[in-house]
Amino acid sequence: MTEVLLSLKGLTKAYPGVVANDSVSFDIGTGEVHALLGENGAGKSTLVKMIYGLVKPDSGEMTLRGAPYAPGEPRQARADGIAMVFQHFSLFDALNVAENIALGMENPPKLRDLASRIRDVSETYGLPLDPFRTVGDLSAGERQRVEIIRCLLQDPKLLIMDEPTSVLTPQEVEILFLTLQKLRAEGTSILYISHKLEEIRALCDHATILRLGKNVGECIPAETSASEMAELMVGSALTPPERGDRTFGEVALDISGLSVPSPSAFGTALRNVHLTVRRGEILGIGGVAGNGQDELLSVLSGETLTEADAVKLGKDPIGTLGPVARRALGVLAAPEERLGHAAAPDMSLTENAMLTGATREGLVKNGFLKWAAAKEFAERVINEFDVRTPGPENAARSLSGGNLQKFVIGREVLQRPDVLVVNQPTWGVDASAAAAIRQSLLDLAAGGCAVICISQDLDELMEISDSFAALNEGRLSAPRPAAGLTVEEIGLMMGGAHGMEVAHV
Amino acid sequence: MIRLEKRPQPSQAWSLATPLVAVLATMIAGGLLFAALGKDPVEAIRPIFWEPLFGEFAFYYRPQLLVKGAPLVLIAIGLSLGFKAGIWNIGAEGQYIMGALFGAGVGLAFYPLEAWYIFPLMVIAGGFGGWLWASIPAYLKTRFGTNEILVSLMLVYVAEQFLASMSLGLMKNPEGFGFPGSRNLQQYDSAHNAELIAGSGMHWGVVAALIAVIFAYVLLNRHMVGYHIRLTGEAPRAARFAGFNPTRLILFCLGTSGMLAGLAGMFEVSGPSGQVSIDFNVGYGFTAIIVAFLGRLHPVGILLAGGLMALTYIGGDIAQSNLHLPSSAIQVFQGMLLFFLLAFDLLTNFRISLGKPEVA
Repeated sequence: MTEVLLSLKGLTKAYPGVVANDSVSFDIGTGEVHALLGENGAGKSTLVKMIYGLVKPDSGEMTLRGAPYAPGEPRQARADGIAMVFQHFSLFDALNVAENIALGMENPPKLRDLASRIRDVSETYGLPLDPFRTVGDLSAGERQRVEIIRCLLQDPKLLIMDEPTSVLTPQEVEILFLTLQKLRAEGTSILYISHKLEEIRALCDHATILRLGKNVGECIPAETSASEMAELMVGSALTPPERGDRTFGEVALDISGLSVPSPSAFGTALRNVHLTVRRGEILGIGGVAGNGQDELLSVLSGETLTEADAVKLGKDPIGTLGPVARRALGVLAAPEERLGHAAAPDMSLTENAMLTGATREGLVKNGFLKWAAAKEFAERVINEFDVRTPGPENAARSLSGGNLQKFVIGREVLQRPDVLVVNQPTWGVDASAAAAIRQSLLDLAAGGCAVICISQDLDELMEISDSFAALNEGRLSAPRPAAGLTVEEIGLMMGGAHGMEVAHV
Repeated sequence: MIRLEKRPQPSQAWSLATPLVAVLATMIAGGLLFAALGKDPVEAIRPIFWEPLFGEFAFYYRPQLLVKGAPLVLIAIGLSLGFKAGIWNIGAEGQYIMGALFGAGVGLAFYPLEAWYIFPLMVIAGGFGGWLWASIPAYLKTRFGTNEILVSLMLVYVAEQFLASMSLGLMKNPEGFGFPGSRNLQQYDSAHNAELIAGSGMHWGVVAALIAVIFAYVLLNRHMVGYHIRLTGEAPRAARFAGFNPTRLILFCLGTSGMLAGLAGMFEVSGPSGQVSIDFNVGYGFTAIIVAFLGRLHPVGILLAGGLMALTYIGGDIAQSNLHLPSSAIQVFQGMLLFFLLAFDLLTNFRISLGKPEVA
């Protein structure tokens, strides 16, 4: 290994009730792409926040180029040559690229000078970007470029990237990897956080694997198989969901010529969407975030009303029916945002069971609520979906993300839907819970339910769906059978490189 | 360093303790205020909280508690429904006035006929007047997206002008020697909201307030509409996902709170006050906002808070006349109560921790 740039020794950080990092040690070499691999909740984010000065470790120490390194705040970390690209972008939609970058700088130069520096950097690293474009008009991949360029302007020695590919199409991932490889060739170290094994194998020189806050192993990704890494990451061999044999019945849900204007200035309009799902079929809908996923779900759940004929249940038009009427007909949905959309954070699980279960589970009589029945229903969801909570009287926000997700999905699945629409069903959920959720969707389909699964996780979609379509700027590609689709084809359905130019490195 | 940490669950204990702690803090800060004015703090606070209940003249003050508390509770119950859903009716004072005018108007129209149906008609008219006045901001909000806070508040001033016009014009007592103000309804049996038990302070408004408390309790805890209200307040997006119609909720919450405020005004004008006059309204509609929050937007809490607020009103009057405290000092004292309540309210959802700062 080359010279060590940053060395972590025994870093420990505990939060009330949980040890996020337990004595983690590893070294990052100069010019090395180092992967930090682990499930959701393994402590990756806490660890990089300590490196970036956002969180102070309880114990342990770091050395940067041999000298002790203990950043009190991100500014200090940046001064020491450490930069970070966050998973969630912190950009202002209404400002242009240069203004956004200037906002993050200590002493921003004149906009014109800054723009020319942005052009220089973007050309050097093959990240074409117009400094005067409004951020709200950029694709997710281009926004990420803004964040990366913002970091590169500081000329960093270590670039931390938190799950950078979760918002990219396969083609955009390739462009990103070329950039990262160029940075590595120039001697910049990269700490690359991900749980996607294949990309780590393709890109990284070295990997550290975290599980429950502990460093459970290191490996050279190129020489280790994906399944070995997965076992280290999860701690046990995972049983992939069983598809079972399914036969498709008649068409359950039929959307034709659906166009919906964007609900807000920077939302996405749905444009002429067509799709059909048969009973027993799982339709996977891929696409980079912000291409109309939320809008499509709200059209299906009944939160957004359309022309009656645009959405049909079997032969019956339901486009003008609201959520309650659709639930009565057996069309159920589980939105992506758990807190505040699928569930009310401060309400108990019993009250949250009432939220969508009122109609189908008969929890209301003459307008009066049957709390005892609601509690029973909540308990049933908790038991059958292994939701870890002391009881249904606990507030939704007291549950971990994965557990609440199990509750949200379980609440719909147990209502015996005829059509179920889910958006990001396993987002932020650990691997075993994700497997359980996927299995429940497959079982539901086996029972004759038509399932639409909107997700940004392509592996998930390939694992469970029978047919696949992708959303790109509010347009839905024609669905194709999922079996036999190549990554290349999927990427093109998702919009290829989204108009981004390929890097000229 | 002192920091605030978000609790994983709202603390039940703090939620109950907050009003008590707020009252205590108000006593301390108020005591300091009175001391700064050169009064003995204990002597100044004692008449506010003690005299009306157990003092020498308690036989007079206790009925007054009901008379003053009932409109506060009645209005605050209505307001709390909207507040829970994030719909802010600040104009209960105006709805109170309109209820009084509609109710009194019906009564005066029948004068001097004596019949059993006059008072019930006045009740209906009073509720309708308040409902109508609150429906204006409700309609404008649902139709044009106007801000209900501003519209309802400004309609208070319109209602006040209307009240002045009525007491000087249309409703002026023809036998009143030119003085502004209507006939005294206390002297018109069919329209008089008399005490149900003489000397108890118990009039129909008190009964209505108690019914409203029970009604609101059942609505919020057992009925779909109440669930809708709470869900909308906590997570508006989840409420839409659940399939609730925000427009209907706005109409319901503003309409109901207007109706209850109108009823309060009607019971007041036909009972304790007796006549429509320029200075008929004394701020119950605004004080009820404090009462609603002091009661934590909970029906039973509002009942207790209404009593407490009536106590500080009556006690404040006593302190004012016995100790010559300026009336503004009493108002500051009442304002402190709301201030401390909101401040300590934070502890329901957050805990204070002493220690090193950290960023999660």
